[in-house]
Amino acid sequence: MTDRVFRTATLVAIVATIGGLSVRPTMAQAKLDNGSEAQAESPPVERAETKPKPENPPRPPSDVTAIDRPDDAGTGIIVKWSLSPDDIAKVEEGQTRNVIRYEILRQVDGEGDFELAGEANFQKESFVDPKCSPNSSYIYQVVAVKNEDSKSAPEATAAGTRPVVQWWDTKRTWFLVILLMICGAVIQFIRLARAGRSLKVRKIAGLEAVDEAVGRATEMGRSCLFVPGILDINDMQTVAGITVLSRVAGLAAEYDAMLEVPTSRSLVMTTARETVQAAYFGAGRPDAYNEDNIYYLTDEQFGYVAGVTGTMVRDKPAACFYMGAFFAESLILAETGNSIGAIQVAGTAMPSQLPFFVAACDYTLIGEEFFAASAYLSGEEHQLGSLKGQDVGKMIGGLLIIVGCLSATMGLDSVVSFLTDNVLGDKGFLP
Amino acid sequence: MKRTVPLVIAAVTGVILIASYFIPYAQSWGEEAMIWFDILAAIAFVLGGGNLLKMHLQKISNRRAGWGFSVVTISAFLITLSIGLSKMGVNPAENFPEWSWSGDYLQEGGGFKWMYDYIYLPLASTMFSLLAFFIASAAFRAFRAKNAEAMILLGTAFIVLFGRTYAGIYVSQPIIDVLASITGSEVESLMSLRLDRLTSTITNVFTLAGNRAITIGIALGIVSLSLKVLMGVDRSYLGSEE
Repeated sequence: MTDRVFRTATLVAIVATIGGLSVRPTMAQAKLDNGSEAQAESPPVERAETKPKPENPPRPPSDVTAIDRPDDAGTGIIVKWSLSPDDIAKVEEGQTRNVIRYEILRQVDGEGDFELAGEANFQKESFVDPKCSPNSSYIYQVVAVKNEDSKSAPEATAAGTRPVVQWWDTKRTWFLVILLMICGAVIQFIRLARAGRSLKVRKIAGLEAVDEAVGRATEMGRSCLFVPGILDINDMQTVAGITVLSRVAGLAAEYDAMLEVPTSRSLVMTTARETVQAAYFGAGRPDAYNEDNIYYLTDEQFGYVAGVTGTMVRDKPAACFYMGAFFAESLILAETGNSIGAIQVAGTAMPSQLPFFVAACDYTLIGEEFFAASAYLSGEEHQLGSLKGQDVGKMIGGLLIIVGCLSATMGLDSVVSFLTDNVLGDKGFLP
Repeated sequence: MKRTVPLVIAAVTGVILIASYFIPYAQSWGEEAMIWFDILAAIAFVLGGGNLLKMHLQKISNRRAGWGFSVVTISAFLITLSIGLSKMGVNPAENFPEWSWSGDYLQEGGGFKWMYDYIYLPLASTMFSLLAFFIASAAFRAFRAKNAEAMILLGTAFIVLFGRTYAGIYVSQPIIDVLASITGSEVESLMSLRLDRLTSTITNVFTLAGNRAITIGIALGIVSLSLKVLMGVDRSYLGSEE
């Protein structure tokens, strides 16, 4: 009996325990939005499914206006607004921003829905819509956004704005003034030279060395290698390189030396062939011209380098010329040329590559010397006049720098800012 | 005629490009001119490819020295071309699932992309990495202290190279502390001699000034040469009339 009572009591206790575990509700404390605490009797799963109460949306921005962007081809409109009152400059630590961005929506020609034109960060009061057409009118709305579920009411422009095509880019006026002065000087000196006025031009060692290098290659019975850079013929450095090639080819034809020109662009190959052929004609040796010596390798930078350096190592040219635009390959080429004992002349307008050429080549044409090559090598008076014109440009630049330095020293901030922002800045000498 | 027509084309295109830079209304003209250049360059690419084939086939045919390399070059050229043109391994684009060639030839998993990632890039990286060794050999030659100028160059190079490393700060800071204690001056007043700051001074003042002078010279050279090309004063790049 006692035993049965004990077993029954144990069974009841177990059932009670299990039942208590299974039916005991989850007692979770939830903090409500109003700050009061209440006990919610809901399982965790049910809580996750509960939608969050929508937050208060930020207040909208105000004074939304849209104006045509100046100095463009009717492709841009500037949208401006006053910040939403909820868009404060600084938030305290631990707080979140009530406005994280602004959405700018636009409607084209008053038809269809407003579509997103772009976004601006908090504390920004303007946005440029660069994808407009002068044939359409645009109405803009600006919406302050706290998060995807919380956006302000849209604030719209009062009327449609139509972008206007401008006939003159006023930002570039100073650049044009300086350009006209330099071009005028170049033309004037060319005219003076044509009129018979003698012009003195200093010797450029690198260009004098061209004759020496081709002569040396001839004496050694080895070839000359001319590398016209890795950019296409639309780059002025390549054009300048081709003009030097004209001189090198003329000398090679005269001395009966072999000239090899590997190119990395098809158009450069075609141009180089024409130039070399003309030089051979000019030297009275059209029979010696072999177009196969001017060939295309590849457009790929390092593939081209591999091809040229391979040629260098196999053929061991006695003179190597690097004239054009170069990048990382400059030192690989020049050091390979150095290792085979070639006399090397380089010319480029890439300032970052100049130190490499200076370190590895015998002669280097630095910047303007490279562009002066065609005039210098031609020896024609009217071409030399262009070099004198460049000097006028240098004088203008030097004068402006001196005025700027003096003004800065004397504390004339308005003069300094005018020079740096307009004449010497991105609207002037450095467009 | 052979020189006049290209000269006129160059001059007209140049004037259009200049006008499009200053006149917003003419911007589209400049863009149009550049599109024409791209078309020409694309057509000329056929010339380049043809020339490549011709040169290397001649080399193989004549069994000239190194003709084996020409075999490799032509094989690589033809394989790359055929895989690129046939879009091998490329899935059709989502919008045109029924057109097997509609996918992008550089699509991930495609044959051309695979060749680019696993053949071309490692080869190009190998060539690029050669630069490290060439910089070392060039620096060794350039920085030999043969005369006063070379010694100045060597000293400057040492400061800049060392100043760009953490070691430059750790080594020069104690020296500045000792100098300050010897001279009795504030450490802060001698901080400009610390190698990292000295490096900044060299690069931001001396190097930058020289660089700007070169840049202005280049800009003037480009203006002058462009003008000569536009006016037809310099015609050396045009070939001969014959």
